[in-house]
Amino acid sequence: MLRLIKKLKGLYKYRVLIRTLVGRELKARYRGTVLGFVWSFVNPLLLLTVYTFVFGFILRPRDPSFDASPWSYALFLFCGILPWQVWFAASSQESANILIAQGNLIKKMLFPTEILPIVSVTSNFVHFLFGLPILLLFVPLMGKTYTPYLLFLPVVILVQYVFTLGFCFLVSSLTVHFRDIKDILTNLLTFWFFSTPIIYAMTFEPVQKHPLLKLFLNLNPMTHIMSGYQSCVYYGELIHWKRLGVTFLVSIILLFIGYYVFDRLRDSFPEEV
Amino acid sequence: MPAIEIENLSRIYRKYSEQHRFKTFKSAILKGDLFKSLKSDEKVMALDNISFKVEKGTTFGVIGENGSGKSTLLKVVSGISKPTSGRVLVNGKVSALIELGAGFHPEITGRENIYINGVMLGLSREEIDKKFNDIVRFAELEDFIDAPVKTYSSGMYMRLGFSIAINVNPDVLLVDEVLAVGDASFVPRCLERIDEFRRRKKTILFVSHDLITVEKICDRVAWLKNGKMKALGDPKRVIDQYIQDVKSKKEKDFEKKQQEEEAQGDLDQERRENRWGNREIEIEKVRLMDLSGREKRVFTPSDGMVIEMDFHTKNPIKDFVFGIGMFNSQGVCCYGTNTVLEGFKSESVQGRGKVSFLIKSLDLINGTYYLDVAAHRQDGFPYDYHRNLYSFMISSKFIDSGIYRPQHSWKFSPGIKITKKKQSEKEKQHG
Repeated sequence: MLRLIKKLKGLYKYRVLIRTLVGRELKARYRGTVLGFVWSFVNPLLLLTVYTFVFGFILRPRDPSFDASPWSYALFLFCGILPWQVWFAASSQESANILIAQGNLIKKMLFPTEILPIVSVTSNFVHFLFGLPILLLFVPLMGKTYTPYLLFLPVVILVQYVFTLGFCFLVSSLTVHFRDIKDILTNLLTFWFFSTPIIYAMTFEPVQKHPLLKLFLNLNPMTHIMSGYQSCVYYGELIHWKRLGVTFLVSIILLFIGYYVFDRLRDSFPEEV
Repeated sequence: MPAIEIENLSRIYRKYSEQHRFKTFKSAILKGDLFKSLKSDEKVMALDNISFKVEKGTTFGVIGENGSGKSTLLKVVSGISKPTSGRVLVNGKVSALIELGAGFHPEITGRENIYINGVMLGLSREEIDKKFNDIVRFAELEDFIDAPVKTYSSGMYMRLGFSIAINVNPDVLLVDEVLAVGDASFVPRCLERIDEFRRRKKTILFVSHDLITVEKICDRVAWLKNGKMKALGDPKRVIDQYIQDVKSKKEKDFEKKQQEEEAQGDLDQERRENRWGNREIEIEKVRLMDLSGREKRVFTPSDGMVIEMDFHTKNPIKDFVFGIGMFNSQGVCCYGTNTVLEGFKSESVQGRGKVSFLIKSLDLINGTYYLDVAAHRQDGFPYDYHRNLYSFMISSKFIDSGIYRPQHSWKFSPGIKITKKKQSEKEKQHG
């Protein structure tokens, strides 16, 4: 355990390298496209439009928490879709492939492999940060007001960062040995997305009525992270400290497990990727 | 203090079969014993108990055939791979030229890639700022430095990679066969840079197939074969041993191939196509032998050779000619003759018999040669014609050119100062 903490601390000395590589990823991703960084916003915006149209106008939210308004439902959706799609799902999927895609670095250079998942999570985090102003811009547009609780956003972001990183360490190292994980992950993420209150809220009647379903949703760490965003931006209320605190603890444990597995498998990467 | 110290180093590569992978996956999920079940079913010894030291400021060469473990050794020394057992100690900053431009991102410019690659190799941005112009100038990419790397030719790519790696200014430089793709002007400049390294008393570990360069720049050389150290020491001696080994392996392969082909006989389509005639005289067997009558396929230029044909005729034949022809691998006829050309007049032949063609000394250069043998009428009508069906190899230590290697010697008038290099002293193998 102590050794692991020391190793994690050692990552600090790679900060320049991480920064450089994140910069490279960001530059390279939209290099050659006309719209460039706009694409970081277009993807979630498109998703948002589709969900708003389908669930807001066609299905009509019946729940009182949305004031029966498709617009406030759109804002609610965006609170979850942005961190999920742009950050969490994108990082996980990228991580599943990153060691194999960057095989050259692992095989042909002396390279601290563990920074690859970090770079993946961080560069997608930056994309998320680019989308954040849009989310905030939508708050008054959709008829809501800013509250001081917005200031708690960084806390939620921190929890998500730790959780995502832990998950990505695990996924990236295991995929090297079991390529099936890439495909499993794609399906898992779809399932996970719907098991997280993103397009619906925990307050919905069917959720509240079924204790098993409620328990299941509460056991999902992403539930509390997404609820955190919704509290800060949509509901304008204090984040649920206890639940988020437990989630943070779980995230840290996941990070240690992820890093431990990664570290154990590390020596096999050069020959397996 | 030596710059590189390697003690009893072994590196085992593991092979996983598909089935094994599935089992691993299953047990990893069901039993949770991921690390235990990741054991392989087949092992490959890439490096087998290697020990050597490289003193500071010397250049150490590693030679060997493909798959002999050279690159693995370099990867272990650079720290990319971990040794399975044994100890590797490297004193000082290492830069490995294993694959040039390995960290380049194709979509971004050469300039940005220099910074990123430099950081990966352990430089700070300020250090790169200072070296930037040197790097670009050495790579001769002044005009292209702001173009994305994907637009570079492979030569440009390589030059930039080399230029960055060499400017990292390491204490220990590892070079793995990277100069093979450079053009005629860049390779000498790379070698010059490496020479400069040597003058500055830096340590170099040099892996190459280019034996001439290895002999020129290395102070000591190790020869690896199948992961084992076959010889270690003076470059000239080790390289000669290596060349001898490669040659004898080539000869053995050649003999083996010939035997296999002969065993196959006329079943082979290609062999049938290259044989024609009405078989009134049938050449049943052709043997290549040395002058003492031992069957042989590999000769030296000064060796003699006997070509012996066993033939069989059912009916008595009055009009017959025996001939042979020798061709090199490009199809150039080196020599051809027959009994008529040499003034023999046929009278009669019947039953079984032997015709031998004696060559006192082959006097050919290195290479593979093909043999035609034939029995035909004086007007050329074939009884049995074998086209290029037999081959032999000339294996010589001389690297001369042409076809014919006459027995010769040199003479110099006393004013000419010239000495002969000692040919390989056959020393005992190391270890």
